[in-house]
Amino acid sequence: MQEITREAILARAAELFRDGTVDRALGWRAGEFDYDVTPGVFTSAEELENGFVWNDFCGANFSKYLIRETGLTEKKVLVFLKPCDTYSFNQLLTEHRFAREKVYAVGVPCAGMADPRLLRERFDGVTAAESAEGGVLVHTLYDGDVTLPQEELLADRCRNCKSRKHVAYDELLGSDGEVLDSHRFDEVERLERMTPDERFAFWQNELSRCIRCNACRDVCPACTCEKCVFDNPASGAANKAPSSSFEEQMFHIIRAFHVAGRCTDCGECSRVCPQHIPLHLLNRKFIRDIDRFYGEYQAGAEVGSRAPIVDYTEGDIEPGQAVEGGARHA
Amino acid sequence: MRKIAVSRIQELFAAIAAGQTLYLPVDTKAGAKFEQWESGKQLSSALNTVRSAKDFFFPQTENLMDFRVEGKKIEIIDTRRESEDFVLFGVRACDVRSFTVLDRVFLAEPVDTYYKNRREHGLIMSMSCTRPAETCFCGTFGIDAAEPEGDVVCHMTADTLYLDAKTEKGSALLEGLSALTEDCAAEDEAAVERHRELSHERLSKLPLASLSADRFGADKTDEFFNDPAWKSLSEACLGCGTCTFVCPTCQCYDIQDFDTGHGVKRFRCWDSCMYSDFTKMSAGQPRLTQLERFRQRFMHKLVYYPTNNDGLFSCVGCGRCLSKCPIQMNIVKVMKQLGGKQND
Repeated sequence: MQEITREAILARAAELFRDGTVDRALGWRAGEFDYDVTPGVFTSAEELENGFVWNDFCGANFSKYLIRETGLTEKKVLVFLKPCDTYSFNQLLTEHRFAREKVYAVGVPCAGMADPRLLRERFDGVTAAESAEGGVLVHTLYDGDVTLPQEELLADRCRNCKSRKHVAYDELLGSDGEVLDSHRFDEVERLERMTPDERFAFWQNELSRCIRCNACRDVCPACTCEKCVFDNPASGAANKAPSSSFEEQMFHIIRAFHVAGRCTDCGECSRVCPQHIPLHLLNRKFIRDIDRFYGEYQAGAEVGSRAPIVDYTEGDIEPGQAVEGGARHA
Repeated sequence: MRKIAVSRIQELFAAIAAGQTLYLPVDTKAGAKFEQWESGKQLSSALNTVRSAKDFFFPQTENLMDFRVEGKKIEIIDTRRESEDFVLFGVRACDVRSFTVLDRVFLAEPVDTYYKNRREHGLIMSMSCTRPAETCFCGTFGIDAAEPEGDVVCHMTADTLYLDAKTEKGSALLEGLSALTEDCAAEDEAAVERHRELSHERLSKLPLASLSADRFGADKTDEFFNDPAWKSLSEACLGCGTCTFVCPTCQCYDIQDFDTGHGVKRFRCWDSCMYSDFTKMSAGQPRLTQLERFRQRFMHKLVYYPTNNDGLFSCVGCGRCLSKCPIQMNIVKVMKQLGGKQND
């Protein structure tokens, strides 16, 4: 169950619309069921009242949408940010992707978001899933009503939540949390312990399911190029058909390099992947390596920080050592 | 109608696979998937496969032809091979109807011989649904999940698999399996009827059971094209095309040439109207915004295709886009928004 209620969020949003601070709000739009929540742009308090939802399925991170929306209005854009979203928010500001003064950011505490896939794996025909005493009350077509502890439905990224602390906001509803001592690198370490052959087999198996929809890229707050090279037929790199079975793997590995040092580990890539590929593990491996070689660094923790791999210092690890270290840990 | 005990289903699979390649839904870590049957492979208990059965007739990528270039001489190499006979077991009613939708595109003049070849060699053993999902709405398009189309229609109760041949091809297959199966008596017909009734009862209680497509259809372009609702419906669309890839009826493709250094490999691959370079021509892409691309997809399903195909919709209500869209936008939300009060 989330600490802040929908009503509390709506009440504050209505004030911000009324006093003219904002003329649009990015929020979660209710769907057919409780768990098919869509990101939406609301242009009035009434619209929010009718369509806004705040429940355990509001996983979407709106930071990237600010690039577009801030360009469409003279006023500020209201955005609701969960703690992990604020890291993406800061990272985008660091990269000058939108103007800070065009945004009114309201921090909302997050108790972790549920993964609709876990619901679907558990039951056939889930018609509703609402917060209730003792967890989530799930209404099903064939198994009646079942209450599950929220932990059992938590998305993987929320099980390994890195921070309940908001690192950016104009105002905060409810209480702020702490940076957590998460276990998010456990899975990376498990992969590191594999032999190169085992690890290759692991990734080959996972990435072989890629259907090249590029949803991971499209949702990624670190992927904000106006036109991706893979969408440009003139680039020579935009192949809709793979020319080799290794190509999908290359795409994801190269994309991980492209966002290295900028990826905040928000986990949107894995959340949206229709093929359930754990793409965030590639990014986490890079984060782990950066931590090891250059000292701990969290992208988006503050605005304006220089990622170690674009910032030369005398104490930097020598490339030769990095390669050696990479091989040892890789 | 013939029948066989569910406990002997592996024998049935073995007998079918002895004559041709057999594909059936099996469970994988990433959900149910059609795979070639081999001894011991179990039929998935999932309602449907993550990717649709269209892949068998219209694969995601396919080599159409090669060109070998030597100086000024260009040799055209036909890479087509006659397809082998194959059986698709366990195809649901929605996916079977999708073949009709695809047929109208690929088998219309000029006939797509690549598609036709595979279609002619494929035999469909469909399976009626008993546990439809909350995302199912095949009934909206006149599909009966309890009585699918197909060469052989199968109904599976707790202990018995009933096999009902509907075409000559289907009858020939069942004849070949007659040593393994038994003829059905009146009580079996009654059991299948009860099975159907149970399905119908469940289908009638689905949350989307009352969704109507009546407002849509042929020649309704003007009515919907400029609807202001397209803006809010499309605003969060990532343009990823996942909906088009998991959709059993999406049939757009692109043809591209790869320079192999000493010639050209010509590929056909799925395309998506969600992509910025879709139908790009020398003058550019006709749909410049995601709103236009998004609108194209749903107008095609609900208006353009019916206009060109005697009113047949090119959505079969399988619900894959409902469960797969990264931002949870889908045709049901579109129909409800555009359909006005009728779909409230």
